[in-house]
Amino acid sequence: MTAPNETSASLQTSGAAAVDSGTQSLQRRLAWRSTLQAIGMLPVLIILGIVFELMSGRFLSFQNLSIVAQQASINTVLAAGMTFVILTGGIDLSVGSILAAAAMVAVLGSKIPDWGMLGIPAALLMGLALGFINGALIAFGRLPPFIVTLGSLTAVRGFARLLGNDTTQFNPELPFAFIGNGYLFGIPWLVVIAMVVVLVSWFILRRTVLGVHIYAVGGNPDAARLTGIKVWAVLLFVYCASGLTSGLGGVMSAARLYAANGLQLGQSYELDAIAAVILGGTSFVGGIGSIWGTLIGALIIAVLSNGLILVGVSDIWQFIIKGLVIIGAVALDRYRLKGSART
Amino acid sequence: MTGPSPILEMSGISKTFPGVRALSDVSLTIYPGEIHALMGENGAGKSTLMKILSGAYHADSGGEIRIDGKPVIINSPLAALHHGISTIYQELSLAPNLSVAENMLLGREHRSGPMIDRGSMENACRTVLAKLGVTFGPSTKVSELSMAERQLVEIARALIANARILIMDEPTTSLSSRETEALFALVRQLRADGMAIIYISHRMAEVYELADRVSVLRDGTYVGTLERDEISAERLVRMMVGRDLSSFYKKDHDAKGSRGPVIFSVRNVGDGQRVHECSLDLHLGETLGIAGLVGAGRTELARLIYGADRRISGEISLQGKPLAIRRPEDAIEAGIVYLTEDRKHLGLFLDMTVRENVNLNVLGRDSRVGKVLNLKTARARAAAAIKALGIRVAGDIVPVGSLSGGNQQKVLLSRLLETKPRVLILDEPTRGVDIGAKSEIYRLIDKLVRRGVGVIVISSELPEIVGICDRVLVMREGRIAGEVGGAGHPPITQENIVAIATGVKEAAA
Repeated sequence: MTAPNETSASLQTSGAAAVDSGTQSLQRRLAWRSTLQAIGMLPVLIILGIVFELMSGRFLSFQNLSIVAQQASINTVLAAGMTFVILTGGIDLSVGSILAAAAMVAVLGSKIPDWGMLGIPAALLMGLALGFINGALIAFGRLPPFIVTLGSLTAVRGFARLLGNDTTQFNPELPFAFIGNGYLFGIPWLVVIAMVVVLVSWFILRRTVLGVHIYAVGGNPDAARLTGIKVWAVLLFVYCASGLTSGLGGVMSAARLYAANGLQLGQSYELDAIAAVILGGTSFVGGIGSIWGTLIGALIIAVLSNGLILVGVSDIWQFIIKGLVIIGAVALDRYRLKGSART
Repeated sequence: MTGPSPILEMSGISKTFPGVRALSDVSLTIYPGEIHALMGENGAGKSTLMKILSGAYHADSGGEIRIDGKPVIINSPLAALHHGISTIYQELSLAPNLSVAENMLLGREHRSGPMIDRGSMENACRTVLAKLGVTFGPSTKVSELSMAERQLVEIARALIANARILIMDEPTTSLSSRETEALFALVRQLRADGMAIIYISHRMAEVYELADRVSVLRDGTYVGTLERDEISAERLVRMMVGRDLSSFYKKDHDAKGSRGPVIFSVRNVGDGQRVHECSLDLHLGETLGIAGLVGAGRTELARLIYGADRRISGEISLQGKPLAIRRPEDAIEAGIVYLTEDRKHLGLFLDMTVRENVNLNVLGRDSRVGKVLNLKTARARAAAAIKALGIRVAGDIVPVGSLSGGNQQKVLLSRLLETKPRVLILDEPTRGVDIGAKSEIYRLIDKLVRRGVGVIVISSELPEIVGICDRVLVMREGRIAGEVGGAGHPPITQENIVAIATGVKEAAA
């Protein structure tokens, strides 16, 4: 690395005021503030936890929290992929269908004698390939993401049914069943996988050139092109990432159930994933958001589902309350941030 | 003009935008049956004044608009229409998916009960269209019409609304010469019918041909009005320019005596639409200006060179080596960077931090294995840029959107400079920038040129172009129409540039 100062420092203009070293603490305050913004929904999550504990008396038990974490895990994985997509200003409605197709492939693959573990890479590849098709249509065909993924929501659902001749595929001897039901050092594998996905996503978004380009494309696509960013490559990547995480979600679902069904599996999962991302403070028009917010969003959704059951709220009211909480939480967030640069 | 009393009197009109005084104490008097040309440089306030008249903007309090001698308040486009004022904008405001009749009567559709009465609408329109002598009918879709025909629809719309004052903003920009002739004939016919026409144009020839009187604005103030027999090019140019250069434009380098070899060369570049066969040579150690009126094709030319738009002809070479530039990344790779005139929409990432914006172009270059960000370098670059360009900011992780215009421009400039460019194309480098930052940017340009970076400056501000450039190419209608400042060319003066840009003088190229 050559000294970066060389370029600009030697161009120093007059005695213009600049930032002096005394602003270190200010810098830290700014960093702290942006962190706070990223986890803006954390208080909502904590309040929900306390309320459910007070009402049921067993919400905060280790056992129940472990169940909540498992329930949140698949949605967290899907929502991580969705975060990439929404950060570019796009949307992926096909994640639930891709999950179903990948789960079918995982179970079918698991039946190969002695090579049952091949079901995992096969399912991941299936997710990646379907995501690639979405991405190619959007990046090269310049079609609107909503339309493309709305189409694949339907088409891939049909494809998933086709894979098993529209039957439920069972494998009681599923070689990778531990993923859905086993533990690693006392932590459910599902949760471990979700955490790894979140960490990898964080790394890509915040520590790689690609990550900065994703934010740039979402924040200002025209400027991104003029800056020399390969916008098509970024778009292709995010839809591939969403396809891959959907494929992983398929493996996780199949492993949990020892089975897959092209018709029912993953129905309306895309809506929970989108809700998690939006709850997490990611801007629907792109460019603003973080993976930590998405994680908190996914946890809020899981806590609501679990807590409402514990409290004994009927199924119908669960839907109504969940929907209202999502709208209310996001409204709160928007009001809170009104003064900042966000539009 | 004596006889009839004025149809429109505007007096004491001022308009302040946040931080800018666009108009100050402007007066204008228009009589029925006259074609009144309104002239001025880019940014002189012509459009603002007309937008106030047509209800798109509200004037500051204090001014007065009188129609037929009676004070009126025009607080909306609808109110303007009500007072008989119609405007035909540069970008036509028709809905292409609707029919001619629907466009002409938009918002005032004929009804029979709750139903729209197409028959009655088309009959009403047919009468007006017949008067204009057009060949298309009222049920034709606007998308099927040519630009000239669409303009006729706009005029028909004004007529059917019983307009008595017609504002035309650069109506011939997208017309062929034959269509222009037809339009002029129509405008004269409207004048004969007693319509008052306010005609905004940059083109001297049109003003000569059409105008009964010409009013000139400069820097948001009213300079004066010339009667028909007083109109002359020299006089108008002087009225439009009429400013003194200050020592504000600092230039330490001097390319006039010792012009270096050609470092960057563009030959016959065009896009087949708005830019035609443009060529230019940039010499080592000179600042080359590109002047011209809005719409002359300056930005379009820069974008073609930079690879932002598709070029259908032409070659570009850097230090004698031909370059294949198809996309912006090719240009950046070759060391050619472009500062956009629209930094908010095409330049900066407003939600991203100063640090990210400064580093955006060099992230890949600085990154470690697997394109992992090098945070240390990024911090160092941002700190160095903030110090070197004097960017006033609390810290480098502040979103760029929260900075002032001048500081935003410096951030964008530092992003470009980080790529160590060999040729910088600066499009309106000081637009929306305060006076202090302006002079800092001029000093920076001067410094870059002395260090051997090629700099091309596109600017609508004539004093700026004259002040900081060693040589200026003037564009008109997508072509390089002339040069000032080079050997064998007229000297760089605002008058010479305006003369070439408006077509008064066909400069020997």
